[in-house]
Amino acid sequence: MSTIEERVKKIVAEQLGVKEEEVTNAASFVEDLGADSLDTVELVMALEEEFETEIPDEDAEKITTVQEAIDYVLAHQAK
Amino acid sequence: MARRRVVVTGMGMLSPLGNNVASSWEGILAGRSGIAPIEHMDVSAFSTRFGGSVRDLAVDQYLSAKEARKQDLFIQYGLIASLQAVQQSGLEVTDANADRIGVVMGSGIGGLSNIEKNCESLSASGPRKISPFFVPGSIINMVSGFLSIQLGLKGPNYAIATACTTGTHCIGMAARNIAFDEADVMIAGGAEMATTGLGLGGFGAARALSTRNDEPTKASRPWDQDRDGFVLSDGAGALVLEELEHAKARGATIYAELIGFGMSGDAYHMTSPPENGEGAARCMASALRDAKINPEEVGYINAHGTSTPAGDIAEIGAVKSVFGSHASQLAMSSTKSMTGHLLGAAGAVEAVFSVLALRDQVAPPTINLDNPGAGCDLNLVAHTAQQRPLEVAISNSFGFGGTNGTLVFRRFV
Repeated sequence: MSTIEERVKKIVAEQLGVKEEEVTNAASFVEDLGADSLDTVELVMALEEEFETEIPDEDAEKITTVQEAIDYVLAHQAK
Repeated sequence: MARRRVVVTGMGMLSPLGNNVASSWEGILAGRSGIAPIEHMDVSAFSTRFGGSVRDLAVDQYLSAKEARKQDLFIQYGLIASLQAVQQSGLEVTDANADRIGVVMGSGIGGLSNIEKNCESLSASGPRKISPFFVPGSIINMVSGFLSIQLGLKGPNYAIATACTTGTHCIGMAARNIAFDEADVMIAGGAEMATTGLGLGGFGAARALSTRNDEPTKASRPWDQDRDGFVLSDGAGALVLEELEHAKARGATIYAELIGFGMSGDAYHMTSPPENGEGAARCMASALRDAKINPEEVGYINAHGTSTPAGDIAEIGAVKSVFGSHASQLAMSSTKSMTGHLLGAAGAVEAVFSVLALRDQVAPPTINLDNPGAGCDLNLVAHTAQQRPLEVAISNSFGFGGTNGTLVFRRFV
Protein backbone atom coordinates (compact mmCIF):
# COMPACT_ATOMS: atom_id res chain seq x y z
CA MET A 1 0.00 0.00 0.00
CA SER A 2 1.38 3.37 -1.03
CA THR A 3 1.93 6.10 1.51
CA ILE A 4 0.04 9.36 1.24
CA GLU A 5 3.22 11.05 0.11
CA GLU A 6 3.65 8.59 -2.73
CA ARG A 7 0.02 8.89 -3.79
CA VAL A 8 0.18 12.69 -3.81
CA LYS A 9 3.36 12.69 -5.86
CA LYS A 10 1.92 10.23 -8.35
CA ILE A 11 -1.13 12.45 -8.89
CA VAL A 12 0.99 15.57 -9.24
CA ALA A 13 3.17 13.84 -11.84
CA GLU A 14 0.14 12.62 -13.79
CA GLN A 15 -1.79 15.86 -13.67
CA LEU A 16 1.11 18.13 -14.54
CA GLY A 17 2.74 15.77 -17.04
CA VAL A 18 6.12 15.69 -15.28
CA LYS A 19 8.42 12.84 -14.24
CA GLU A 20 7.90 11.53 -10.71
CA GLU A 21 11.53 12.28 -9.80
CA GLU A 22 10.90 15.97 -10.51
CA VAL A 23 8.12 15.97 -7.93
CA THR A 24 10.19 16.77 -4.85
CA ASN A 25 8.55 17.77 -1.60
CA ALA A 26 9.68 21.37 -1.94
CA ALA A 27 8.57 21.71 -5.58
CA SER A 28 6.15 24.53 -6.35
CA PHE A 29 3.41 23.58 -8.82
CA VAL A 30 3.65 26.84 -10.74
CA GLU A 31 7.30 27.78 -10.41
CA ASP A 32 8.97 24.36 -10.58
CA LEU A 33 6.50 22.06 -12.30
CA GLY A 34 5.12 24.37 -15.00
CA ALA A 35 1.51 24.47 -13.88
CA ASP A 36 -0.83 27.29 -14.86
CA SER A 37 -3.93 28.43 -12.96
CA LEU A 38 -6.16 25.87 -14.69
CA ASP A 39 -3.71 23.03 -13.98
CA THR A 40 -3.74 23.81 -10.27
CA VAL A 41 -7.56 23.79 -10.17
CA GLU A 42 -7.62 20.37 -11.80
CA LEU A 43 -4.84 19.10 -9.55
CA VAL A 44 -6.88 19.95 -6.47
CA MET A 45 -9.87 18.18 -8.01
CA ALA A 46 -7.74 15.08 -8.56
CA LEU A 47 -6.56 15.18 -4.94
CA GLU A 48 -10.17 15.48 -3.79
CA GLU A 49 -11.08 12.42 -5.80
CA GLU A 50 -8.11 10.31 -4.73
CA PHE A 51 -8.53 11.06 -1.04
CA GLU A 52 -12.31 11.31 -1.03
CA THR A 53 -12.33 14.71 0.55
CA GLU A 54 -13.53 18.16 -0.36
CA ILE A 55 -11.00 20.96 -0.43
CA PRO A 56 -12.69 24.38 -0.09
CA ASP A 57 -11.43 27.08 -2.46
CA GLU A 58 -9.90 29.13 0.37
CA ASP A 59 -7.82 26.10 1.40
CA ALA A 60 -7.00 25.14 -2.19
CA GLU A 61 -5.42 28.54 -2.79
CA LYS A 62 -2.89 27.82 -0.04
CA ILE A 63 -1.76 24.53 -1.56
CA THR A 64 1.08 25.63 -3.81
CA THR A 65 3.79 23.01 -3.20
CA VAL A 66 3.94 19.24 -3.04
CA GLN A 67 4.63 19.35 0.71
CA GLU A 68 1.63 21.60 1.30
CA ALA A 69 -0.56 19.11 -0.53
CA ILE A 70 0.80 16.21 1.53
CA ASP A 71 0.28 18.16 4.76
CA TYR A 72 -3.27 19.06 3.79
CA VAL A 73 -4.21 15.49 3.01
CA LEU A 74 -2.61 14.19 6.23
CA ALA A 75 -4.59 16.75 8.25
CA HIS A 76 -7.92 16.22 6.51
CA GLN A 77 -7.88 12.63 5.37
CA ALA A 78 -11.25 10.95 5.49
CA LYS A 79 -11.01 7.92 7.70
CA MET B 1 -4.94 45.96 -57.54
CA ALA B 2 -4.73 42.38 -58.74
CA ARG B 3 -5.75 39.76 -56.23
CA ARG B 4 -2.87 37.72 -54.88
CA ARG B 5 -2.71 34.09 -56.02
CA VAL B 6 -3.01 31.26 -53.50
CA VAL B 7 -1.42 27.81 -53.78
CA VAL B 8 -1.43 24.63 -51.71
CA THR B 9 1.98 23.74 -50.27
CA GLY B 10 1.13 21.22 -47.56
CA MET B 11 -1.55 18.70 -46.62
CA GLY B 12 -2.39 16.67 -43.54
CA MET B 13 -5.11 14.19 -42.72
CA LEU B 14 -6.53 11.69 -40.27
CA SER B 15 -9.34 9.62 -41.75
CA PRO B 16 -11.01 6.23 -41.39
CA LEU B 17 -8.69 5.15 -44.21
CA GLY B 18 -5.44 6.09 -42.54
CA ASN B 19 -3.59 8.40 -40.20
CA ASN B 20 -1.89 10.48 -42.88
CA VAL B 21 -2.51 11.75 -46.40
CA ALA B 22 -0.53 9.02 -48.16
CA SER B 23 -2.31 6.06 -46.57
CA SER B 24 -5.74 7.69 -46.93
CA TRP B 25 -5.14 8.45 -50.61
CA GLU B 26 -3.88 4.94 -51.21
CA GLY B 27 -7.13 3.63 -49.72
CA ILE B 28 -9.18 5.98 -51.90
CA LEU B 29 -7.46 4.94 -55.14
CA ALA B 30 -7.87 1.28 -54.19
CA GLY B 31 -11.59 1.81 -53.57
CA ARG B 32 -11.34 0.64 -49.97
CA SER B 33 -14.04 1.34 -47.37
CA GLY B 34 -12.92 2.68 -43.99
CA ILE B 35 -16.29 1.99 -42.40
CA ALA B 36 -16.61 -0.59 -39.60
CA PRO B 37 -18.53 -1.37 -36.41
CA ILE B 38 -17.96 1.29 -33.74
CA GLU B 39 -15.77 -0.12 -30.97
CA HIS B 40 -14.94 2.86 -28.76
CA MET B 41 -18.31 2.89 -27.00
CA ASP B 42 -21.27 0.63 -26.37
CA VAL B 43 -23.53 1.11 -29.39
CA SER B 44 -25.92 -1.77 -28.77
CA ALA B 45 -28.90 0.54 -28.15
CA PHE B 46 -28.34 2.66 -31.26
CA SER B 47 -30.16 2.27 -34.57
CA THR B 48 -26.79 2.73 -36.34
CA ARG B 49 -23.87 0.79 -34.84
CA PHE B 50 -21.04 1.53 -37.27
CA GLY B 51 -19.07 4.50 -38.51
CA GLY B 52 -15.70 5.70 -39.68
CA SER B 53 -13.23 5.90 -36.82
CA VAL B 54 -9.66 7.10 -36.50
CA ARG B 55 -7.79 4.00 -35.37
CA ASP B 56 -4.36 3.25 -33.87
CA LEU B 57 -3.41 6.90 -33.64
CA ALA B 58 -0.07 7.56 -31.90
CA VAL B 59 -1.07 10.90 -30.36
CA ASP B 60 2.21 11.13 -28.45
CA GLN B 61 4.14 11.39 -31.72
CA TYR B 62 2.61 14.83 -32.14
CA LEU B 63 1.30 16.13 -28.81
CA SER B 64 2.55 16.03 -25.23
CA ALA B 65 0.45 13.89 -22.92
CA LYS B 66 -0.13 16.89 -20.69
CA GLU B 67 -1.59 18.98 -23.52
CA ALA B 68 -3.57 16.14 -25.10
CA ARG B 69 -5.31 15.40 -21.80
CA LYS B 70 -6.89 18.85 -21.86
CA GLN B 71 -8.23 18.52 -25.40
CA ASP B 72 -11.30 16.89 -26.82
CA LEU B 73 -10.44 14.35 -29.52
CA PHE B 74 -11.57 16.68 -32.30
CA ILE B 75 -8.90 19.15 -31.17
CA GLN B 76 -6.23 16.45 -31.12
CA TYR B 77 -7.25 15.31 -34.59
CA GLY B 78 -7.22 18.85 -35.96
CA LEU B 79 -3.85 19.62 -34.44
CA ILE B 80 -2.26 16.44 -35.77
CA ALA B 81 -3.55 17.00 -39.32
CA SER B 82 -2.33 20.61 -39.15
CA LEU B 83 1.10 19.61 -37.88
CA GLN B 84 1.39 17.06 -40.70
CA ALA B 85 0.50 19.74 -43.25
CA VAL B 86 3.00 22.23 -41.85
CA GLN B 87 5.69 19.58 -41.78
CA GLN B 88 5.04 18.64 -45.40
CA SER B 89 5.15 22.29 -46.45
CA GLY B 90 8.63 22.74 -44.99
CA LEU B 91 7.51 26.11 -43.65
CA GLU B 92 9.70 27.58 -40.93
CA VAL B 93 8.05 29.93 -38.47
CA THR B 94 10.37 32.78 -37.50
CA ASP B 95 10.09 36.07 -35.61
CA ALA B 96 10.06 37.77 -38.99
CA ASN B 97 7.16 35.83 -40.55
CA ALA B 98 5.06 34.70 -37.55
CA ASP B 99 2.52 37.50 -37.81
CA ARG B 100 1.92 36.69 -41.47
CA ILE B 101 0.93 33.06 -40.75
CA GLY B 102 -2.59 32.31 -39.53
CA VAL B 103 -4.96 29.46 -38.80
CA VAL B 104 -8.61 28.73 -39.67
CA MET B 105 -9.37 25.23 -38.44
CA GLY B 106 -13.07 24.70 -37.77
CA SER B 107 -15.39 22.00 -36.57
CA GLY B 108 -19.03 21.32 -37.26
CA ILE B 109 -19.94 20.41 -33.71
CA GLY B 110 -16.88 20.77 -31.47
CA GLY B 111 -16.04 18.83 -28.32
CA LEU B 112 -19.05 16.61 -28.03
CA SER B 113 -17.43 13.84 -25.98
CA ASN B 114 -16.00 16.45 -23.58
CA ILE B 115 -19.43 18.05 -23.26
CA GLU B 116 -21.01 14.67 -22.49
CA LYS B 117 -18.35 13.79 -19.93
CA ASN B 118 -18.67 17.06 -18.04
CA CYS B 119 -22.45 16.97 -18.24
CA GLU B 120 -22.31 13.60 -16.50
CA SER B 121 -20.02 15.06 -13.81
CA LEU B 122 -22.44 17.94 -13.32
CA SER B 123 -25.43 15.63 -13.00
CA ALA B 124 -23.72 13.10 -10.76
CA SER B 125 -21.61 15.31 -8.49
CA GLY B 126 -22.47 18.96 -9.05
CA PRO B 127 -20.69 21.96 -10.57
CA ARG B 128 -17.53 21.56 -8.49
CA LYS B 129 -16.69 18.47 -10.55
CA ILE B 130 -16.63 20.27 -13.89
CA SER B 131 -13.07 20.33 -15.24
CA PRO B 132 -11.37 23.72 -15.57
CA PHE B 133 -10.39 22.48 -19.04
CA PHE B 134 -13.96 21.74 -20.04
CA VAL B 135 -14.61 25.01 -21.89
CA PRO B 136 -11.18 25.59 -23.45
CA GLY B 137 -10.96 21.88 -24.27
CA SER B 138 -14.30 21.80 -26.09
CA ILE B 139 -14.95 25.01 -27.99
CA ILE B 140 -14.66 25.05 -31.75
CA ASN B 141 -11.86 27.58 -32.24
CA MET B 142 -9.41 25.69 -30.04
CA VAL B 143 -7.68 23.80 -32.85
CA SER B 144 -6.73 27.20 -34.20
CA GLY B 145 -5.86 28.40 -30.70
CA PHE B 146 -3.70 25.46 -29.66
CA LEU B 147 -1.93 25.33 -33.03
CA SER B 148 -1.02 29.01 -32.85
CA ILE B 149 0.36 28.51 -29.35
CA GLN B 150 2.30 25.38 -30.28
CA LEU B 151 3.87 26.86 -33.44
CA GLY B 152 3.90 30.56 -32.56
CA LEU B 153 1.57 31.59 -35.39
CA LYS B 154 0.55 35.22 -34.87
CA GLY B 155 -1.56 35.92 -37.97
CA PRO B 156 -5.37 35.74 -38.26
CA ASN B 157 -6.74 33.11 -35.90
CA TYR B 158 -10.35 31.98 -36.08
CA ALA B 159 -12.73 29.13 -36.85
CA ILE B 160 -15.86 28.77 -38.90
CA ALA B 161 -18.70 26.46 -37.81
CA THR B 162 -21.05 25.76 -40.69
CA ALA B 163 -21.96 22.11 -40.12
CA CYS B 164 -20.84 19.91 -43.00
CA THR B 165 -19.54 22.89 -44.98
CA THR B 166 -17.12 23.95 -42.24
CA GLY B 167 -13.90 22.64 -43.81
CA THR B 168 -14.72 24.13 -47.21
CA HIS B 169 -15.62 27.51 -45.77
CA CYS B 170 -12.48 27.58 -43.62
CA ILE B 171 -10.28 26.89 -46.65
CA GLY B 172 -12.11 29.39 -48.83
CA MET B 173 -11.97 32.19 -46.30
CA ALA B 174 -8.33 31.44 -45.47
CA ALA B 175 -7.52 31.82 -49.16
CA ARG B 176 -9.20 35.22 -49.09
CA ASN B 177 -7.09 36.23 -46.10
CA ILE B 178 -4.07 35.59 -48.30
CA ALA B 179 -5.57 37.08 -51.46
CA PHE B 180 -6.44 40.27 -49.56
CA ASP B 181 -2.89 40.52 -48.14
CA GLU B 182 -3.90 39.84 -44.53
CA ALA B 183 -1.51 36.89 -44.36
CA ASP B 184 1.09 35.09 -46.51
CA VAL B 185 0.36 31.60 -45.20
CA MET B 186 -2.78 30.09 -43.67
CA ILE B 187 -3.33 26.64 -42.21
CA ALA B 188 -6.95 25.79 -42.92
CA GLY B 189 -9.35 22.89 -42.67
CA GLY B 190 -11.60 21.12 -40.22
CA ALA B 191 -11.75 18.46 -37.53
CA GLU B 192 -14.53 16.33 -36.11
CA MET B 193 -15.13 13.60 -33.57
CA ALA B 194 -18.89 13.23 -33.26
CA THR B 195 -19.30 9.46 -33.05
CA THR B 196 -20.37 9.87 -29.43
CA GLY B 197 -23.65 9.01 -27.76
CA LEU B 198 -25.18 12.39 -28.59
CA GLY B 199 -23.70 12.52 -32.09
CA LEU B 200 -24.67 9.05 -33.20
CA GLY B 201 -27.98 9.28 -31.37
CA GLY B 202 -28.76 12.77 -32.63
CA PHE B 203 -28.11 12.12 -36.30
CA GLY B 204 -29.91 8.82 -35.90
CA ALA B 205 -32.93 10.59 -34.42
CA ALA B 206 -32.94 12.93 -37.42
CA ARG B 207 -33.08 9.79 -39.60
CA ALA B 208 -29.98 11.02 -41.40
CA LEU B 209 -27.84 7.89 -40.95
CA SER B 210 -27.65 4.63 -42.83
CA THR B 211 -28.82 1.69 -40.72
CA ARG B 212 -27.16 -0.99 -42.83
CA ASN B 213 -25.69 -2.61 -39.71
CA ASP B 214 -25.13 -5.98 -41.34
CA GLU B 215 -22.88 -4.53 -44.06
CA PRO B 216 -21.03 -1.43 -42.79
CA THR B 217 -18.59 -1.28 -45.71
CA LYS B 218 -21.54 -1.11 -48.11
CA ALA B 219 -23.50 1.48 -46.14
CA SER B 220 -22.11 4.61 -47.77
CA ARG B 221 -23.36 4.24 -51.36
CA PRO B 222 -23.86 7.67 -52.92
CA TRP B 223 -26.29 7.74 -55.87
CA ASP B 224 -27.03 4.01 -55.57
CA GLN B 225 -30.73 3.17 -55.63
CA ASP B 226 -30.42 1.45 -52.24
CA ARG B 227 -28.73 4.35 -50.42
CA ASP B 228 -30.34 4.98 -47.03
CA GLY B 229 -28.45 7.78 -45.33
CA PHE B 230 -24.92 8.89 -44.53
CA VAL B 231 -22.25 7.23 -42.40
CA LEU B 232 -20.92 9.28 -39.48
CA SER B 233 -17.10 9.49 -39.45
CA ASP B 234 -14.28 11.09 -37.50
CA GLY B 235 -11.05 12.72 -38.57
CA ALA B 236 -9.46 15.92 -39.74
CA GLY B 237 -7.96 17.52 -42.80
CA ALA B 238 -5.68 20.52 -43.17
CA LEU B 239 -4.10 22.48 -46.00
CA VAL B 240 -1.22 24.88 -45.93
CA LEU B 241 -2.31 27.71 -48.24
CA GLU B 242 0.35 30.13 -49.34
CA GLU B 243 0.71 33.21 -51.50
CA LEU B 244 2.24 32.10 -54.79
CA GLU B 245 5.37 34.28 -54.77
CA HIS B 246 5.98 33.50 -51.10
CA ALA B 247 5.88 29.79 -51.89
CA LYS B 248 8.15 30.16 -54.91
CA ALA B 249 10.66 32.28 -53.01
CA ARG B 250 11.25 29.59 -50.43
CA GLY B 251 11.30 26.80 -53.01
CA ALA B 252 8.17 25.09 -51.69
CA THR B 253 6.54 22.21 -53.54
CA ILE B 254 3.27 23.51 -55.00
CA TYR B 255 0.53 20.88 -55.24
CA ALA B 256 -2.24 22.98 -56.83
CA GLU B 257 -3.58 26.51 -57.07
CA LEU B 258 -6.81 27.48 -55.30
CA ILE B 259 -8.40 29.66 -57.96
CA GLY B 260 -11.98 30.08 -56.75
CA PHE B 261 -14.42 29.91 -53.88
CA GLY B 262 -18.18 30.30 -53.75
CA MET B 263 -20.86 30.26 -51.08
CA SER B 264 -24.63 30.33 -50.99
CA GLY B 265 -27.60 29.74 -48.71
CA ASP B 266 -30.58 27.53 -49.55
CA ALA B 267 -33.17 29.54 -47.57
CA TYR B 268 -35.28 26.40 -47.65
CA HIS B 269 -35.22 23.83 -44.79
CA MET B 270 -33.23 22.89 -41.67
CA THR B 271 -31.79 19.66 -43.04
CA SER B 272 -33.07 19.08 -46.60
CA PRO B 273 -31.92 20.75 -49.81
CA PRO B 274 -34.42 22.02 -52.37
CA GLU B 275 -35.22 19.15 -54.72
CA ASN B 276 -33.64 20.76 -57.77
CA GLY B 277 -30.48 21.66 -55.85
CA GLU B 278 -30.76 25.31 -56.81
CA GLY B 279 -28.81 26.45 -53.73
CA ALA B 280 -25.94 24.14 -54.63
CA ALA B 281 -26.11 25.35 -58.22
CA ARG B 282 -25.81 29.01 -57.21
CA CYS B 283 -22.87 28.03 -55.02
CA MET B 284 -20.98 26.29 -57.85
CA ALA B 285 -21.79 29.11 -60.28
CA SER B 286 -20.47 31.63 -57.79
CA ALA B 287 -17.24 29.66 -57.37
CA LEU B 288 -16.72 29.42 -61.15
CA ARG B 289 -17.33 33.15 -61.47
CA ASP B 290 -14.79 33.80 -58.72
CA ALA B 291 -12.29 31.56 -60.52
CA LYS B 292 -13.01 33.34 -63.83
CA ILE B 293 -13.30 30.04 -65.69
CA ASN B 294 -15.87 28.45 -67.96
CA PRO B 295 -17.77 25.40 -66.74
CA GLU B 296 -16.18 23.37 -69.58
CA GLU B 297 -12.76 23.68 -67.92
CA VAL B 298 -13.85 21.58 -64.93
CA GLY B 299 -12.79 17.95 -65.30
CA TYR B 300 -13.59 16.55 -61.88
CA ILE B 301 -16.12 17.26 -59.15
CA ASN B 302 -15.56 15.90 -55.66
CA ALA B 303 -19.23 15.84 -54.76
CA HIS B 304 -20.79 16.42 -51.38
CA GLY B 305 -22.54 13.09 -52.16
CA THR B 306 -23.33 11.86 -48.64
CA SER B 307 -25.50 8.89 -49.65
CA THR B 308 -28.79 10.42 -48.54
CA PRO B 309 -31.79 9.91 -50.83
CA ALA B 310 -32.62 13.62 -51.18
CA GLY B 311 -29.16 15.19 -51.10
CA ASP B 312 -27.55 13.01 -53.76
CA ILE B 313 -30.16 13.63 -56.43
CA ALA B 314 -30.32 17.36 -55.66
CA GLU B 315 -26.59 17.63 -56.31
CA ILE B 316 -26.98 15.86 -59.64
CA GLY B 317 -29.66 18.39 -60.61
CA ALA B 318 -27.41 21.24 -59.53
CA VAL B 319 -24.49 19.98 -61.59
CA LYS B 320 -26.67 19.55 -64.67
CA SER B 321 -28.02 23.07 -64.35
CA VAL B 322 -24.56 24.63 -63.94
CA PHE B 323 -22.61 22.54 -66.45
CA GLY B 324 -25.29 21.84 -69.07
CA SER B 325 -24.08 19.39 -71.70
CA HIS B 326 -20.61 19.37 -70.12
CA ALA B 327 -22.10 17.60 -67.08
CA SER B 328 -21.94 14.31 -68.94
CA GLN B 329 -18.33 14.91 -70.00
CA LEU B 330 -16.79 15.49 -66.58
CA ALA B 331 -16.16 12.96 -63.83
CA MET B 332 -17.93 13.33 -60.49
CA SER B 333 -17.40 11.07 -57.50
CA SER B 334 -18.05 10.88 -53.81
CA THR B 335 -15.06 9.88 -51.71
CA LYS B 336 -17.54 9.68 -48.81
CA SER B 337 -18.40 6.27 -50.24
CA MET B 338 -15.08 5.22 -48.66
CA THR B 339 -14.48 7.68 -45.81
CA GLY B 340 -18.04 8.19 -44.67
CA HIS B 341 -19.08 11.72 -43.73
CA LEU B 342 -16.58 13.62 -41.58
CA LEU B 343 -19.01 16.55 -41.08
CA GLY B 344 -16.89 19.65 -40.39
CA ALA B 345 -13.76 17.86 -41.57
CA ALA B 346 -15.35 16.56 -44.78
CA GLY B 347 -14.63 19.63 -46.89
CA ALA B 348 -11.03 19.61 -45.76
CA VAL B 349 -10.26 15.95 -46.50
CA GLU B 350 -12.11 16.28 -49.80
CA ALA B 351 -10.10 19.37 -50.71
CA VAL B 352 -6.99 17.25 -50.18
CA PHE B 353 -8.42 14.50 -52.40
CA SER B 354 -9.26 17.08 -55.08
CA VAL B 355 -5.71 18.43 -55.01
CA LEU B 356 -4.32 14.90 -55.25
CA ALA B 357 -6.69 14.09 -58.12
CA LEU B 358 -5.11 16.97 -60.05
CA ARG B 359 -1.59 15.98 -59.04
CA ASP B 360 -2.04 12.34 -60.04
CA GLN B 361 -4.45 12.98 -62.95
CA VAL B 362 -6.98 10.53 -61.60
CA ALA B 363 -10.64 10.74 -60.62
CA PRO B 364 -11.21 8.80 -57.38
CA PRO B 365 -13.99 6.22 -57.44
CA THR B 366 -17.45 6.09 -55.91
CA ILE B 367 -17.63 2.64 -54.39
CA ASN B 368 -20.85 0.69 -53.76
CA LEU B 369 -22.51 2.36 -56.73
CA ASP B 370 -23.96 -0.93 -57.98
CA ASN B 371 -27.23 0.34 -59.40
CA PRO B 372 -27.45 4.09 -59.97
CA GLY B 373 -30.71 5.51 -58.64
CA ALA B 374 -33.25 7.25 -60.86
CA GLY B 375 -31.72 10.35 -62.43
CA CYS B 376 -28.17 9.51 -61.31
CA ASP B 377 -26.95 9.29 -64.88
CA LEU B 378 -23.61 11.14 -64.93
CA ASN B 379 -20.10 9.66 -64.97
CA LEU B 380 -20.00 8.98 -61.23
CA VAL B 381 -16.78 6.92 -61.45
CA ALA B 382 -18.42 3.77 -60.15
CA HIS B 383 -16.19 1.27 -58.34
CA THR B 384 -12.78 2.06 -59.83
CA ALA B 385 -10.67 5.20 -60.22
CA GLN B 386 -10.37 6.71 -63.70
CA GLN B 387 -7.05 7.97 -65.00
CA ARG B 388 -7.82 11.07 -67.09
CA PRO B 389 -6.35 14.48 -67.90
CA LEU B 390 -7.59 16.95 -65.27
CA GLU B 391 -6.88 20.69 -65.26
CA VAL B 392 -9.53 21.92 -62.83
CA ALA B 393 -11.29 20.15 -59.96
CA ILE B 394 -14.03 21.50 -57.73
CA SER B 395 -15.07 20.30 -54.28
CA ASN B 396 -18.61 20.77 -52.96
CA SER B 397 -19.92 20.87 -49.40
CA PHE B 398 -23.49 21.43 -48.27
CA GLY B 399 -24.56 21.63 -44.64
CA PHE B 400 -27.53 21.63 -42.28
CA GLY B 401 -29.08 25.05 -42.25
CA GLY B 402 -28.73 25.26 -46.02
CA THR B 403 -25.11 26.44 -46.04
CA ASN B 404 -23.11 25.71 -49.18
CA GLY B 405 -19.49 26.04 -50.26
CA THR B 406 -17.46 25.19 -53.36
CA LEU B 407 -13.68 25.31 -53.84
CA VAL B 408 -12.02 25.42 -57.27
CA PHE B 409 -8.49 24.06 -57.68
CA ARG B 410 -6.30 24.24 -60.78
CA ARG B 411 -3.44 21.90 -61.53
CA PHE B 412 -0.13 23.67 -60.98
CA VAL B 413 2.64 22.90 -63.46
